[in-house]
Amino acid sequence: MKRIYSIEDACIGCHLCEVACITEHSKSKDPIKAFLHEAERPIARCTVEEIDGGVVSFSTNCRHCDEPDCLRACISGAIQKLDDGRVFMDTEKCVGCWSCVMACPYGAVQRNLEKKKGNKCDLCPDRKSPACVDACPNRALVYKEGNQK
Amino acid sequence: MKYVIIGNSVAATGAIRSIRNQDDKGSITVLSRENRIAYGRPLISYLLGGTITEKKMAYLPEDFYAKNSVDLRLSAEVVAVDSKKKQVKLSSNETIAFDKLLIATGGDPFVPPIEGLQGKKKIFTFTTWDDAAKLKELAYDIKRVVVIGGGLIGLKAAEGLYQIDKKVTIIELADRILSAAFDRTAGRIVAKKMKANGIDVITEDTVVKIEGEGAEITGVTLKSGDFIPCDTVIVAIGVRPAASFLSGSGIEVNRGVVVDDRMETSVKGIFAAGDVAEAADFFTKSKNPMPIWPDAYIQGDVAGAAMAGSEKGYAGGLAMNSIELFKVPTISMGITNPQDEKKFEILTYLDQEKYQYRKVVLQGKIVVGAVLVGAVDRAGIFAGLIREKVDVTPFKGQLLATDFGFAQLTKEIRSTLFAPQGKVA
Ligand SMILES: Cc1cc2nc3c(=O)[nH]c(=O)nc-3n(C[C@H](O)[C@H](O)[C@H](O)COP(=O)(O)OP(=O)(O)OC[C@H]3O[C@@H](n4cnc5c(N)ncnc54)[C@H](O)[C@@H]3O)c2cc1C
Repeated sequence: MKRIYSIEDACIGCHLCEVACITEHSKSKDPIKAFLHEAERPIARCTVEEIDGGVVSFSTNCRHCDEPDCLRACISGAIQKLDDGRVFMDTEKCVGCWSCVMACPYGAVQRNLEKKKGNKCDLCPDRKSPACVDACPNRALVYKEGNQK
Repeated sequence: MKYVIIGNSVAATGAIRSIRNQDDKGSITVLSRENRIAYGRPLISYLLGGTITEKKMAYLPEDFYAKNSVDLRLSAEVVAVDSKKKQVKLSSNETIAFDKLLIATGGDPFVPPIEGLQGKKKIFTFTTWDDAAKLKELAYDIKRVVVIGGGLIGLKAAEGLYQIDKKVTIIELADRILSAAFDRTAGRIVAKKMKANGIDVITEDTVVKIEGEGAEITGVTLKSGDFIPCDTVIVAIGVRPAASFLSGSGIEVNRGVVVDDRMETSVKGIFAAGDVAEAADFFTKSKNPMPIWPDAYIQGDVAGAAMAGSEKGYAGGLAMNSIELFKVPTISMGITNPQDEKKFEILTYLDQEKYQYRKVVLQGKIVVGAVLVGAVDRAGIFAGLIREKVDVTPFKGQLLATDFGFAQLTKEIRSTLFAPQGKVA
């Protein structure tokens, strides 16, 4: 399946992938509205990590594992592996027990504390390629066929 | 090939998926004692507390059994296994033949003999959907509850009852609650929060007598002599592998059903997985029951692969628990309370006022355990470090940082996990 990969040396630490992710998963899909006016601002599903004031930076994201640890740990059945390979979190079913947060070795499930729900990458089902990848100004994120590791 | 699975919970689910990955022809029959679809067993406290409805209990998509061609038989309790004839017997006396059998029967609550327990009406255990439903139904008639046992199940029952406005007292024999999963500090933090919410936690004591007239309970007498008034008692001392129906089968049962690294029991062609099994531990490789949900899934997966004729190694059971009680999230994994402290190095950070605590346990160069209270985000990174036995020397000083992540790890690890294939950093 196609997955998102991250090229550390190309990352400039601009966080635009996070902005694009939040925008894509907002109601309006408009960045200004999403950030300033919508009641519930989504949480970014990719995480830009930095150290040394940004000398090292790169974006981490869900690997959509073949045998997802998050799914195995999920006590409610909210996490499913879809036929197309996507690891999908049904937030309706999620009870916010954070077992997925405990199990995911990629640290790729966020906690939405306001809604008490897990939050994870869905590979942007409404788009040809994920919003984070399209937004990256230096092509530090690539979307292509590949294995989970 | 005729696959028969006893039990219809998470271990069974892992096995069904794994069998169907390799064998889409063999027949799969699932026999379940409970008259319920597969459900999230840990969700019964959410159901009791009213934070979810019955509709949300379903663990699997509605079409799961049809899609995987599984013949699911509810209210079908297996009472005996004949290993020689390769058949199981149901309580209805019906026999069902198998080529490969999986025992995925989980655990049964343990109820010790307590004086005055016999004949009382409002005494419950708390491990099934029916248990939660019964308590909910009688809720109007429950005011004060004593929960015997301060382990995970006892605390979850207490939380559910608290959410429907019942007065709860927990009686724990050990010197702290959740001694199996938590270290002392984490236990203290959670106990403090529980007390702040009006739950009484009594430690180093136990119930010696249940008092009352006829079927009614008036209270319990503790070993210390104290009397705690109550009208309902929940016995949550622990669960034991549900393996009694295997007596006479020739299958080796120690504390649980003993299995090898393919989840095969001492009898060829018969497998066990989940809470009922006793499999190798991740660290010591000695065999222990590991009654947690994720491990039950993994064992089911390994068993299913073996049953369908392929191999999938079992890395060993790694204890891990994500437990949120009274809005304090906690995640603990691996070795959190080393017995011989000299062999381990322990790093801790504590801010008790803010309910924040982090602890990392190291053995030599590798992480073997972690406890996070409060900011539990990205706890799974520790699970990865433990499983992969990563040498953490280069970033040891960062392990307690609340923003600990891959940036603190080595570039090699980051590239392995996230970079495109073929591109070496
Ligand atoms: C209140 C509560 C909260 C929990 N919270 C957590 C948590 O937060 N995290 C966690 O990791 N774990 C938790 N657990 C533990 C977790 O639920 C178990 O580890 C898990 O359910 C084990 O799965 P299993 O498939 O081995 O067996 P089970 O889920 O126990 O299922 C076994 C099934 O087999 C059936 N069965 C038994 N004997 C027979 C027979 N002879 N014939 C036919 N059917 C039979 C049983 O009726 C049952 O339906 C919790 C448990 C409880 C009770």
